[in-house]
Amino acid sequence: MESVEYSPNTPLEYQSETGRLNILGFWVFLGAEIALFSTLFATYLVLVGRTGGGPGPEELFELKGVLIETFLLLTSSFTCGLAIHYMRNHSLKGVFLWIGVTLALGLGFLGFEIYEFVHYIHEGAALTTSAYWSGFFVLVGTHGAHVTMGIAWISLILIQLKQRGLTPDTTRKVFISSLYWHFLDVVWIFIFTAVYLYGMVM
Amino acid sequence: MKLDEFFVTGDPLIYGADVSIALTLIGAIFVLTYFKKWKWLWTEWLTTVDHKKLGVMYIIAAVLMLFRGGVDALLMRAQLTVPDSSFLDANHYNEIFTTHGTIMIIFMAMPFLIGLINVVVPLQIGARDVAYPFLNAVSFWTFFMGAMLFNISFVIGGSPSAGWTSYVPLAGLELSPGVGQNYYLLGLQIAGIGTLLTGINFLVTILKMRVPSMKLMQMPMFTWSSLITMVIIIFAFPVLTVALALMTFDRLFGSHFFTMMDGGMPMLWANLFWIWGHPEVYIVILPAFGMFSEIISTFARKTLFGYKAMVYSMVVIAGLSFLVWVHHFFTMGAGGAVNSFFSITTMLIAVPTGVKIFNWLFTLYKGRIRFTTAMLWSLAFIPNFVIGGVTGVMLAMAAADYQYHNTYFLVAHFHYVLISGTVYACFAGLYFWYPKMFNHRLNERLGKWSFWIFVAGFNLCFFPMYFLGLAGMPRRIYTYGIGDGWMSLNVLATFGGVLMGIGFLILVYNIYYSFRYSPRETTGDPWDARTLEWSTPAPVPHYNFAHLPEAKGHDAFWIMKEEKKQGKAPEKKPYKPIHMPSYSGVPIIMSVFFFIAGFGMVFSWHWMSILGLIGVLATMVIRSFDYDKGFYVSVEEIEETEKKTTL
Amino acid sequence: MKSFFALSMFLAVMVLSGCSNLTVLDPKGPVAEQQANLILFSIGFMLFIVLVVFVLFTLILVKYRERKSGPEYEPPHIEGNVFLEIVWTVIPVIILIVLAVPTVQTIFALEEAPEATSHKDPIVIHATSVDWKWVFSYPEENIETVNYLHIPEDHPILFKLASADSMGSFWIPSLGGQEYTMSGMMTELYLQADEVGEYRGRNANFTGEGFTEQVFTVTAESEEDYEEWVEEAQDAPKLTQEKYNELMLKGHTEEQTFSETHLQWVDHGMDAEYATKVRNGESTDEDDSSEMDHSEMNHDDSEKDSEEHSH
Repeated sequence: MESVEYSPNTPLEYQSETGRLNILGFWVFLGAEIALFSTLFATYLVLVGRTGGGPGPEELFELKGVLIETFLLLTSSFTCGLAIHYMRNHSLKGVFLWIGVTLALGLGFLGFEIYEFVHYIHEGAALTTSAYWSGFFVLVGTHGAHVTMGIAWISLILIQLKQRGLTPDTTRKVFISSLYWHFLDVVWIFIFTAVYLYGMVM
Repeated sequence: MKLDEFFVTGDPLIYGADVSIALTLIGAIFVLTYFKKWKWLWTEWLTTVDHKKLGVMYIIAAVLMLFRGGVDALLMRAQLTVPDSSFLDANHYNEIFTTHGTIMIIFMAMPFLIGLINVVVPLQIGARDVAYPFLNAVSFWTFFMGAMLFNISFVIGGSPSAGWTSYVPLAGLELSPGVGQNYYLLGLQIAGIGTLLTGINFLVTILKMRVPSMKLMQMPMFTWSSLITMVIIIFAFPVLTVALALMTFDRLFGSHFFTMMDGGMPMLWANLFWIWGHPEVYIVILPAFGMFSEIISTFARKTLFGYKAMVYSMVVIAGLSFLVWVHHFFTMGAGGAVNSFFSITTMLIAVPTGVKIFNWLFTLYKGRIRFTTAMLWSLAFIPNFVIGGVTGVMLAMAAADYQYHNTYFLVAHFHYVLISGTVYACFAGLYFWYPKMFNHRLNERLGKWSFWIFVAGFNLCFFPMYFLGLAGMPRRIYTYGIGDGWMSLNVLATFGGVLMGIGFLILVYNIYYSFRYSPRETTGDPWDARTLEWSTPAPVPHYNFAHLPEAKGHDAFWIMKEEKKQGKAPEKKPYKPIHMPSYSGVPIIMSVFFFIAGFGMVFSWHWMSILGLIGVLATMVIRSFDYDKGFYVSVEEIEETEKKTTL
Repeated sequence: MKSFFALSMFLAVMVLSGCSNLTVLDPKGPVAEQQANLILFSIGFMLFIVLVVFVLFTLILVKYRERKSGPEYEPPHIEGNVFLEIVWTVIPVIILIVLAVPTVQTIFALEEAPEATSHKDPIVIHATSVDWKWVFSYPEENIETVNYLHIPEDHPILFKLASADSMGSFWIPSLGGQEYTMSGMMTELYLQADEVGEYRGRNANFTGEGFTEQVFTVTAESEEDYEEWVEEAQDAPKLTQEKYNELMLKGHTEEQTFSETHLQWVDHGMDAEYATKVRNGESTDEDDSSEMDHSEMNHDDSEKDSEEHSH
C-alpha cells in the first residue's frame, strides 16, 4: 500500500484509506437515513388528527417525561462529543469514561421512552388504535430502535477498544458511531418539535 | 396450517412448476457432487467479494428472472389472444401480472443493470475493486434471497395478486387475506436493503476510487450514469423501505396506515409508492442511457457528441424524477392546479431526454458505423424509445390522461420505454462486455437472428396496444368479450410476444453455443473501444490492473492507443504488491438468515422470524469483530499472471 | 433499420383502417370531445417529432455505415456543437409550451360543467363502486340502480364518486375520461352525452378477482324518455338497509332498480368503514361509525362522543 506520511494533526481514523472511505460512506448512509426519517415524518404529519374516534395526543402527552428524554439525549450527544475529543488526544481512559456516560444516558432515554409507550398503551392508545397512533409509534419507535441499535453497536466497539486500544481501525469505528449518535440526536429534536410540541398545542 | 394450504395445489401449471423446480434442484446437486464442484462453488463464487464475479452472478440471476417474468408474460398473452378464454381464471391471471411486473422491475431490470455496473464501472475508472467489497457481496446476496423469497410464493402459500403497485385497500388484509402480499412486502424489503447498499457503495466508489488522473468530467458516460443512478437510489429507496414497512405493520401487527378503518389513509400508499416508483423508473433507464452512449460511440468510432450536455441532462432528469410522481394518478381528483403542475414537470423531462437522443444521432453523424449485435440493439433503441417517449408526453397531458389511464395505451407506453430502453440496453451491454466477463464473444450471427426476431416481435406485440388502449381496453382485465372488438389486435400482440420469446431463447442458446465454440479472446480490446475497461488484458486478472492506468480524457483508452500509434509507449515500470480484500462467507450466511426471518414473517411464525433476525445480528457482530485486512498479491504472482494474459 | 419504419407504417395503416372502434377518438359528448381534440392535437406534434428523428436516423445510418470496399475512413473528432445543442433544447421547449397551454386549459375546463349546456342544472348522480358492482343513486329523483345508468341527452351530469371498499375508477370512454372512486373520499366528474345511445361503462382500476366483470351500461335517451324511466323507477321496490347490505358483500349481481337511495344510511364519500363492518358482521348503526360526524345525517352526537371515549 502507498506509504503516505500523515501530518501529526491528521486524526487516527483518517490515516487509512479504509478509514476515509468508510467515514464518507457513512455520511452517505446518513443521507439515506434522512430520506427514511423524512418519509416517516411526512407520514406522521399526514395522519395527524386521524384518530378514528380514539384518544388524541393532546390528552396523553405529558411535557415532563418528554423533557427528561430530551435532556438525556441532548446531554448524551455532548458527552459523545467529549469522547471524540479525548480520542483525538489519545486518551483511552477519557474515551471509556465519556462513552460510558453516553451509553448510560442513552439507556436512561430508552427507559423513559419505554415507560412513556407503556403508559400510552395503558391509556388506550396503541399501534392498533388509529392511524394517528400508528404513525406516532412507528416514527418515534423507529428512532427508539435506532437508539437501541446504537447502544448495542457502541458496546461492541467498547469491547474492541478494550482488546485493541486506539488504532486507526478502532478510532474509525468510534468516530462513525459518534456520527450516528449525533444524527439520532438531531432526529430527536425534530420529533420533539413536530410530534410533541405540535401535538400538545394541537 | 395444513400442508395443502402451505403448498399451492390444484393447478396443473403449478404442479408442472413444482416438478421442474425439484428436477432442476436435484440435477444441480447431482452435477455439483458428481464433478466434485461444491468446494469450488463455495470458495470461488459464493464467498467472493470480487466485483466482476458478483456482477456475473447478478446477471445470471437476472437472466433467470427474465425467463420467469417472460413465462408470466407469455401466459398472459396466451390468455388474452382470444375473447372469453378460459385458459386462466381471474385469480391466476391476477397473480401472473402481479409477479410479472414485480419481477421484471425489481428482480430483472435492476439486477441486470447493477450486474453490468458491477463488472464495468470499477474497470472503467481504473479501480481494483469497489469501495466496500464486503458490502457488495451483502448487496448481491440480499437481492438474491429477496428474489428467491418472492419467487417461492407461487409454490408455497400463493403469489401476491394485487398488482405490482399493490394499491391499498385491495392489498390490505381485508381484501387480500392470503400470504401472497406478505411475500411481496418482505421479498422487496430484503432486496431493497441490497439495492440501498449498492447505491452507497458505488457512489463512494465512483467518487473516491477513480485513478487519480481521472477528473469528474472525464469519466466515461456509463460511469456518469451510474453515479447519478446511485444518488437516486440513495434518496428514493428509503421511501420504499418505509412504505413497505408500514404496509407490513398494517398486515401483520394491525396498525392503520393504509386501512379503511380507524382513520387509515389508502391514498398515502399510492403517494409513497410513486415517490419511490417514479425515480425507480430512472434508476432503470439512466444506466441504459450510459451504456448506449458507450456502445454508440465505440461502433461509430467517434467520441460522444455533447459530453457535457449528456451529463447535465441526466442530472436534470434525476432532479425532475422526484417531482412528477402525481402523474401516476392524475385521476385521483387532486384538482386543476395540482394536475397542471405535475403535467408540466412531467413534460419537461422530455427536454433533456430529447437532447440526449439528438446527441446520440450526432455521435453517429460522420461516424464509421459498424453493425455489431451490441450496436444493433443500441440503434434499435433510438426509434423505439422515441415512440415510447412521445407517447409519454401524451400521457403527461393530464386532461388526455383521463382517457389513457389504466388502459393498454399506458401498457404500451411503459413497455416501449422499459423494453426498448432497459432491456435493449441489457442485451446490448451483455453482447458488448461479454468478452470482458467470459473471455469470449457471443456469436454474432445468432446474435443478429435473436435481435431481429426480438425487435420485430416487440413492435408487433406492443404497437397494437396503443390502439387497444384508444379502443377502450383497460389493463389487468383477464378476458374480454367478442363484442368488444379487441381480438384482432390481441392476436397480433400475442404473435409478437411469441417472437420475443423465440428471440430470447436464441440468446440463451447463443450463450451455450459461444461457450462451446467461440474462439477465446486474444486481446483485451475486441471492439477497438475507447474506455479504460478495454485496457485490461484477457482474461481480466482478479486485481484488474497491474499498473494503474492514466486517464487523459473521457475516451482514456482511445487516447492511450493514439499515443501508442505515435510511438509514445509508456515506460515499463516494475510491479508493486497489490492489496486485495479477502473473500468472506458472512454475506451469504447473513442473507440466508434474512431469508429465514422473511419467510417466518410471511407466515407470521414469529419464532422463526426472531430466530432469523438473531442470526442476522449475530453475523453482523461476527463481521464487527473481524479485523481481516485482506492480503497482498505478490510481485511474482502478478508477473506470472501478466505473462499468461494477452494484451 | 428501415424495416422499423415500414413495420410501424404498416401497423398504423392496418389499424387505422379499422379505426371505427377507437372509442376514445369517437366521442359522444362534450367532455370526451375536448379530450379527443387534445389527443389528436398532440398526436400531430408527436408524428412530426417521430418523423424528424426517423428521417435523420435513417439518413445518418445509410450515409455513414461502414462500407466493406471503401477506403479506410477515420471519423473526425467532434466534441459537440453549441448552436445545434441549443436548437434541440429550445425547439422541444417551444413544442411543450404549445402542448401545455391547451392541456392546462382543458384540465380546468373539465372541472366545470360543459359550457354549451351550462344553463341547465346538472343532474347529480352518486356512483359508488363496491366489489364488484356499481351502485348509482339519484338523490333528487330518489331512485337507486345497480350496474346500469339512464341519463338524458344534452344534459350535464355531475357524478359524485366514492367507493365502498377498494379503489376503483369510473370510466365511460365514449363520454369522457375516468376518475377514481375511493372510500372515505368524494370526487366529482362532469359528463354529458350528446347522442342518444347505449354506452359501456366500467371500472378501469384493478380491484381484484371480479374486476373484469365490474361493468355497467349507460343509456342516453331523450329528456322525455328519461322522465318516463325515472317515473317507472320510482315505482320500484324500496331499498331497505338489509337489501343494501347484501350489495356490500363481495360478488357480482344483475341490474337492479330501487326507489329511495342508500344515502339515508351511508355516504361512502364520508364513511370508509361501512362495507367492512357489514362483511365482518359488525353493527353499522350510525352511532358506531366514528367517521360519520360530518355526514348529512344528523344523529345524537352526545351519545356518540360518550361511546368513543369509553373504549
